[in-house]
Amino acid sequence: MTALNHVRVIASNTFREAVRDRVLYNLVVFMLLITGCAIFLGELTAGQESRTIVNIGLSAMLLFGVFIAIFVGVGLVSKEIEKKTLYTVFSKPVRRGEFIVGKYLGLCLTLLVNVAVMGLGVSIALLFVGGGSLSISIWGAIVLIFFELALITAVAVLFSSFSSPALSALLTFLIFVIGHFSSSLRDLAQNLGSNAAQWLFGAIYYLLPNFSHFEFVSHAAHGRVPSGSYLALALLYALAYIAVVIAVTALIFRRRNLK
Amino acid sequence: MDTIIEIKGLTKDYEKGFWKKKKIRALDDLSLQVEGGQIFGFLGGNGAGKTTTLKLLMSLIFPTEGSAKILGAEIGDPAMHQKIGYCPESPYFYDYLKADELMVYFGRLFGMDKGSAEKRSAELLTRVGLEKKDWKRQLRKFSKGMLQRVGLAQSLINDPEIVFMDEPMSGLDPIGRRQVRELIAELREEGKTVFMSSHILTDIEALCDNVAILRKGRLVEEGNLAELLRSTAQDSGFEVSVGGIESSVFKEAIKGKIASEINVKPGGFSLNVANEQDVEAVLASLNKLGGRLIGVNPVRQSLEELFVREET
Repeated sequence: MTALNHVRVIASNTFREAVRDRVLYNLVVFMLLITGCAIFLGELTAGQESRTIVNIGLSAMLLFGVFIAIFVGVGLVSKEIEKKTLYTVFSKPVRRGEFIVGKYLGLCLTLLVNVAVMGLGVSIALLFVGGGSLSISIWGAIVLIFFELALITAVAVLFSSFSSPALSALLTFLIFVIGHFSSSLRDLAQNLGSNAAQWLFGAIYYLLPNFSHFEFVSHAAHGRVPSGSYLALALLYALAYIAVVIAVTALIFRRRNLK
Repeated sequence: MDTIIEIKGLTKDYEKGFWKKKKIRALDDLSLQVEGGQIFGFLGGNGAGKTTTLKLLMSLIFPTEGSAKILGAEIGDPAMHQKIGYCPESPYFYDYLKADELMVYFGRLFGMDKGSAEKRSAELLTRVGLEKKDWKRQLRKFSKGMLQRVGLAQSLINDPEIVFMDEPMSGLDPIGRRQVRELIAELREEGKTVFMSSHILTDIEALCDNVAILRKGRLVEEGNLAELLRSTAQDSGFEVSVGGIESSVFKEAIKGKIASEINVKPGGFSLNVANEQDVEAVLASLNKLGGRLIGVNPVRQSLEELFVREET
C-alpha cells in the first residue's frame, strides 16, 4: 500500500509539473493548428478531406507525442539529479524504484491527456468536414499511438537514468527510428550470407522494440478499425516491454550515487 | 540516553577523470556515536566531508567502506526514513510548486492524508517564519533565505525523531538566524535530536551539546563541547590586565622571569601568562613598581580557536 501511495503521489506531481510546463501547452496548440492545416489541405484534395485529416492528424499526433516522450522523458530523472531536487525526496521513505515508476506513470498520464486532446481535435475536424464515421473509428489507431508513446517514454527514462539528456534524447530517437524499420532488419538478417551478421541483425530485431505493432494510421484513414485481439496483443507486447525496461531502469538507478 | 546514530568506519571515495580514473577520498574511516535528545554539531572547513557524511546517512550516495545505523536500522532502510528529517545545504525544490504544495507533497510521501498534510504545513510554515502571503507563491520566486525556511519546515513535516541539517543558517539574515537558532533549541526541548553541520561557529557554540570536527575527511576532535573548550582553556592560562605604569618599564622588570607578549591597551596593557605562579610573579613585580592590577581572567578558548587549531 505504501509503495502504491508513493507511486501515485509522485506520478500526480510529475503530471502537475508537465501541466505547468508551457512547452506542453504550446504543443497542444500547435497540434490544433496542424489540424487546421489538414482541413485546408483537405479542401485542395477534392473528396479526400477526411483521409488527409486522419493521415496528417494522427501522424502529427505521433510525432509530437514522440517529441514530448523524448524531451520530457530524458529529463525525468537526470533533471532531478542535476537540480538536486531528489535529495529531499529520497530523505523521505521513498524507494528509488517507486520514484522511477511514479515519474514514468506521471509522464504517461501527461501523454494520455495530450493524445486524448489531440484525438478530440482530429475527431472534431473530421466532423467538421463530414467524416462522421471516421471520427469514431480512428480511436483504435489513437490507442495504438498511445501504446507506442508509452513504450518510447520507458526507453527515454531508461537512458535518462544513466546518461546525459542530450545523449539520451539521441539514443531514444535512434531506437524510435530503428523500431519502425524492425521488419526490414529481420529481412536483412535472413538475406545476409555471413552467420555473424545474421546473428547481429537478428539480435537487434528481437532486442529493440518493434513499433510496427502499433502502426495503424494508414488503415485508420481508410476507415479500418483494429480488432480486439490485435489491440490486446499490442497492449500485451507494450506492457511486457515496458515492464522489463522500467525494471532495468530501477536496477541501474538503485545503486547510483547522487552527487 | 541511547545511541541513535552509529557510524562505523564510514569511507567514501569519489572517482574523477574520464579515461584514467583517479580516486579522491572524501571521507576516511569515520566512526561516531551520537546519543539522542541533543544538538550535535558537525564541524569542518570546506571539503572536510560534512556534506558527504550527511549524503551517506541519507543514502543519496553509497559508502566505499563502512556502515552506519540510524535508530538501530541500516541507513539504506526506507522505513527508518519515516522517523527522520533532512534539510540539505541550500535546499533545491520543485520550483513550479508553491510552498504549501511542496509541503503537502512531502507530507503525502509520509502517508499523511491531504487534510493532515495541509494542517501540518500551515503549522510549520508559520513556525519557520514564512509569511502567509508567501505560502501560495511558486518557489521559483523565493529568495535564498525563504527557500532555507521552507527547507527547514519540510524537514519537520513528519514530526521526526532526528533532524539532519546541513548548514541550516545558510542564506539567512540575522533575524532569520536567530529564529532558526530558537527553533533548533525548541526541537531539543521537545526531545528531538538535531544533527547539524555548520560553518557558523557562534551558532554551534550557542546550541550544541557535543561536536565532532572533521578535517580532510578525517575525524580530528570529538566530544562534549564545554569539556573540549575547558580542557584546552587549561593550557591557555590567564590574561592579566595592568595599569598605572609604563609597559616598557614593566617589560624590563619581568625580563627573564616571565615569557609573555605585552599588548598595549587604552589605560594600560595586558599580558597572557601560562599559570598561577606566573600570575603571582606579575603581581610581585607590580607591587614593586607601583603599578595597578586591573584584572585577572582565565583565558577561555573559543570554538573558533579550537577549530582553527584543528585546521592547521
